[in-house]
Amino acid sequence: MQDLLKETGRIFDIQRYSIHDGPGIRTIVFLKGCALRCRWCCNPESQSFEVQRMLFGGKEEIMGYDVTVEEVLGAVKKDMFYYRRSGGGVTLSGGEAMLQPRFATALLAACRYEGINTAIETTGIAKWEVIEQFLPLLDYILMDIKHMDSKKHEEYTKQPNTEILKHAVMIAQSGANLTIRTPVIPGFNDTPEEIDAIAEFTKSLPGEHRLHLLPYHRLGEDKYKGLGRDYYYEGLPPMDMKRMEPLLKAAQSFGVEAQIGG
Amino acid sequence: MNRFNTEDLPVTDRVKKLIADLFEKLPEIEADRAVLITESYKRTENMPIIKRRALAFKNILENIPITIRDMELVVGSATKAPRGCQVFPEYSYEWLEAEFDTVETREADPFYISEETKAKLREVYPYWKGKTTSDLAEAYMAPETKLAIEHNIFTPGNYFYNGIGHVTVDYGKIIKIGYKGLMNEAAAALSKLNVYDADYSERKEFLEAVIISCDAAITYTKRYAELARKEAKSCGDSARAAELLQIAQNCQSAPENGAKTFYEACQCFWFIQMLLQVESSGHSISPGRFDQYMYPYYKADIEAGRITRPFAQELVDCIWVKLNDLNKVRDAASAEGFAGYSLFQNLIAGGQTREGLDATNDMSFICIQASMHTLLPAPSFSVRVWNGTPNEFMIKAAELTRTGIGLPAYYNDEVIIPALMSRGIPLEDALDYNIIGCVEPQTPHKTDGWHDAAFFNMCRPLEMVFSNGVDKGVQIGPMTGNVEDFKTFDEFLNAYKTQMQYFIQLMVNADNAIDTAHAKRCPLPFQSSMVEDCIGRGKSMQEGGALYNFTGPQGFGIANMTDALYAVKTLVYDKKLVTITEYKDALEHNFGKGMTKKAAAAATAEVVERLRAGGKTADEKTVGNIARMFLENSVCTPEQKAKYDKLLDLIENVEKYGNDLEDIDMFAREVAYIYTKELPKYKNPRGGIFQAGLYPVSANVPLGEQTGATPDGRLANTPVADGVGPFSGKDQFGPTAAANSVSMLDHAMASNGTLYNQKFHPSALAGQSGLQSFADYIRAFFDKKGMHMQFNVVSRDTLIDAQKHPEKYKSLVVRVAGYSALFTTLSRSLQDDIINRTEQTFGM
Repeated sequence: MQDLLKETGRIFDIQRYSIHDGPGIRTIVFLKGCALRCRWCCNPESQSFEVQRMLFGGKEEIMGYDVTVEEVLGAVKKDMFYYRRSGGGVTLSGGEAMLQPRFATALLAACRYEGINTAIETTGIAKWEVIEQFLPLLDYILMDIKHMDSKKHEEYTKQPNTEILKHAVMIAQSGANLTIRTPVIPGFNDTPEEIDAIAEFTKSLPGEHRLHLLPYHRLGEDKYKGLGRDYYYEGLPPMDMKRMEPLLKAAQSFGVEAQIGG
Repeated sequence: MNRFNTEDLPVTDRVKKLIADLFEKLPEIEADRAVLITESYKRTENMPIIKRRALAFKNILENIPITIRDMELVVGSATKAPRGCQVFPEYSYEWLEAEFDTVETREADPFYISEETKAKLREVYPYWKGKTTSDLAEAYMAPETKLAIEHNIFTPGNYFYNGIGHVTVDYGKIIKIGYKGLMNEAAAALSKLNVYDADYSERKEFLEAVIISCDAAITYTKRYAELARKEAKSCGDSARAAELLQIAQNCQSAPENGAKTFYEACQCFWFIQMLLQVESSGHSISPGRFDQYMYPYYKADIEAGRITRPFAQELVDCIWVKLNDLNKVRDAASAEGFAGYSLFQNLIAGGQTREGLDATNDMSFICIQASMHTLLPAPSFSVRVWNGTPNEFMIKAAELTRTGIGLPAYYNDEVIIPALMSRGIPLEDALDYNIIGCVEPQTPHKTDGWHDAAFFNMCRPLEMVFSNGVDKGVQIGPMTGNVEDFKTFDEFLNAYKTQMQYFIQLMVNADNAIDTAHAKRCPLPFQSSMVEDCIGRGKSMQEGGALYNFTGPQGFGIANMTDALYAVKTLVYDKKLVTITEYKDALEHNFGKGMTKKAAAAATAEVVERLRAGGKTADEKTVGNIARMFLENSVCTPEQKAKYDKLLDLIENVEKYGNDLEDIDMFAREVAYIYTKELPKYKNPRGGIFQAGLYPVSANVPLGEQTGATPDGRLANTPVADGVGPFSGKDQFGPTAAANSVSMLDHAMASNGTLYNQKFHPSALAGQSGLQSFADYIRAFFDKKGMHMQFNVVSRDTLIDAQKHPEKYKSLVVRVAGYSALFTTLSRSLQDDIINRTEQTFGM
């Protein structure tokens, strides 16, 4: 246990009272560094593993700091009472938590030791040997499937989806409690056909799994400016909720337990 | 099978119409009561006061105009005009006379008053000169107490100017046995008296007064029966005529002899509630555990098929509307402290029975539904939460929270019950608690809690530490020494404790003076007849007739004092980054900042007045220059201002209460003790002790205007922190972190109640899972020994206001999956997205 507590990793935020990222009231630990470069990413400061400076709300903030498992655990434990009442716990997000496997697995093991429910929000892009180390430490997995067409996936995220889909099947096979999440992005995957394909894939996974459709928003726009980057979707209004309804119906028609939002 | 019927019911057109009619016009002041009480008092000059009170009550109830409003099902109005108010000259009157011409146009709670009413009041007022409770209270008060009040250290204005109220009478019993039943009890007690008993006369007079008052109440309810019959006869609409005949029947016998049906019980309840507010002008007359004493009638009627659930709901909705028909005019300053025409009629649902079983029933759900139907400020609706509270009840309450009306308030049985027991209340009575007014827990119909006894501004004594007890050139507090001479933080803190203790003692003196004045001049036989054990003890509540007696003045500014003392400790004594002399200088100059507009206007007026008094003239230009000097703080040089800005930066970086930081949160606990542990050392004239509350109602704004700059960086004349929550904008880690800090206070020690308000963005309550997380959040805060929680779920309008005044909404967090941000840090167009989203998130 002492060894686990000394592991270090790089995070950029800890967000408490999160109620849309796994069951109950949760604390999200955002790990820095990601393999994908999604055009709509609402946390662009999460992508690079390097420590960055970002202007936010008129102030310069340092994005990314190195912490020990012990430090993060201390912060996570502050909301124990809320987890206990709500069935919540910790969610590792990013970036991609699986790209810092030593730190992330140590943190999950430490949380488990404290009786804290564990979840991860993952892209599924990591070596299978790495993913395998995570599985026994997780109570709940949120995994993104953004598009079933690999070419289009690569065009919008800089990565093909082949590994992702393969890993989704393997994770489901392991008996994990899995929810598929799909950010619904105008012009990328917002047709009933595209959502159908994802729902069909979700349905085909071994076991019962859920599908969460997350409507596009542009709340990350300021952060692109703060990082001195261009925002691909600049000026695009957020997803109209009325447009989400038919997509939800399409997904549900495959017999998948689906919902809008996390 | 479901334990409860939780099914939603639609609001009826009748209820909508009743609400629309009620709010059509500005509320009006009426003179009938004032005229009738004066008439009676003139006739009874040589009688014992308790008898005079009863006879005056009788004269009022026999002669005051009565009215049945269009489409009402539950009747009884204290005024002809909807939402009108009567006047109570026996408590005080001079302020109203002085405000005759401004009361209609003032900003907080304006009232219309006709010339005719003014004339009538002018006619009766001379009689009351020197005869009011406030006249007598002033005579009883020590001179140093008056000085402290004059200098705004605390204000006992509520009971100084008005009746006490703040009681829950035995509704259940009176609904059951009627006023006749009470008269019989008094008669039986009377028959047991012996003429040779030492207290024979006082007991006899009190018991006779009870009988006269209850008899007067019966007369009044029968007047309504007659009026309803008369109106039924002349009513062209046969359906309405039938309703009026039913109303006549409800009023004819039930109030006198007890209710048999749910509908009768509703009518009986209402007469009790409104008549209490005709007898005295006290507010916070709280219906208490309505779901408990009304449920047996509802259950019996439903089982017998005498009533349908929708009709029962409509009747309860009608009561909710009626609670808003009562009103009270306060003086301009108090109106700001209690803004919103509120009478704080607190009604509570859920919790435990006297035996410790879950008390939730179908009526508890009907109560929540009634608040959702009416969306009105009254009743101040509360729910009790304990470990066994059913989840569906929490979810239904959360749905009400989500409407954004700021109701219900949630109360924690697991803290309040032991807190009451620590004050000597037996377990069964503690289990039966309800809430009075804003947040004050007590045992119903057995307590004279004198809650809300004064507002104590915890910031002012700290100012006295810096000034060695001098305010505006006058020595009002103890000389605790020259602040520059304090070598350690302990010396500094001890000076604060000394100042606090001194002013608390003066506040005790003020409250006890007022308390005695009420006993001597305004004992209340009608109210007392419905509170244990006044009949048994043969004396009114005001003279100590209740079983449990307390005085509960509330302190506020706990977050400011925590942050302020902690900043002084850290910056001056621990890190030595600034000297106490520099700090004092910065405070005296308001950190180099200008005054608020209102304060600058007041200060300018004062200077101009002084100039004129000195025989000098002040032309427009001079006045403008003076005003600008105050607004811009131009007496400070740019160098001074830069220095003060540096200090503000240092203060900004010191830890603040509200961020789940153990050190400062433990410190907050100690700071609160300075107030809460001191009070129970003192006694009141009714044989009880003082107990502390920690809440400001809305007085943190007007009383903040009278407070100088504080060492936490708060500027002069700006609001002080609300309740026990963090100072606005100082909490930065979301609702769990802020709640954890608040839970570190010893809430049970503040047994007169604590108040914790939180702002939530509706995204946090979206969908079933949002409601569930919200309910779980409350329960977890309560596991941590929090006492009270109330939520302001921000509306679209609030968010638009937040765009204009970001400083007021610094802690408002917006959340969606995988993303969260402080609303005020977002750019304008993103804020607009959020505002547009606010309307639609409920369905998600």
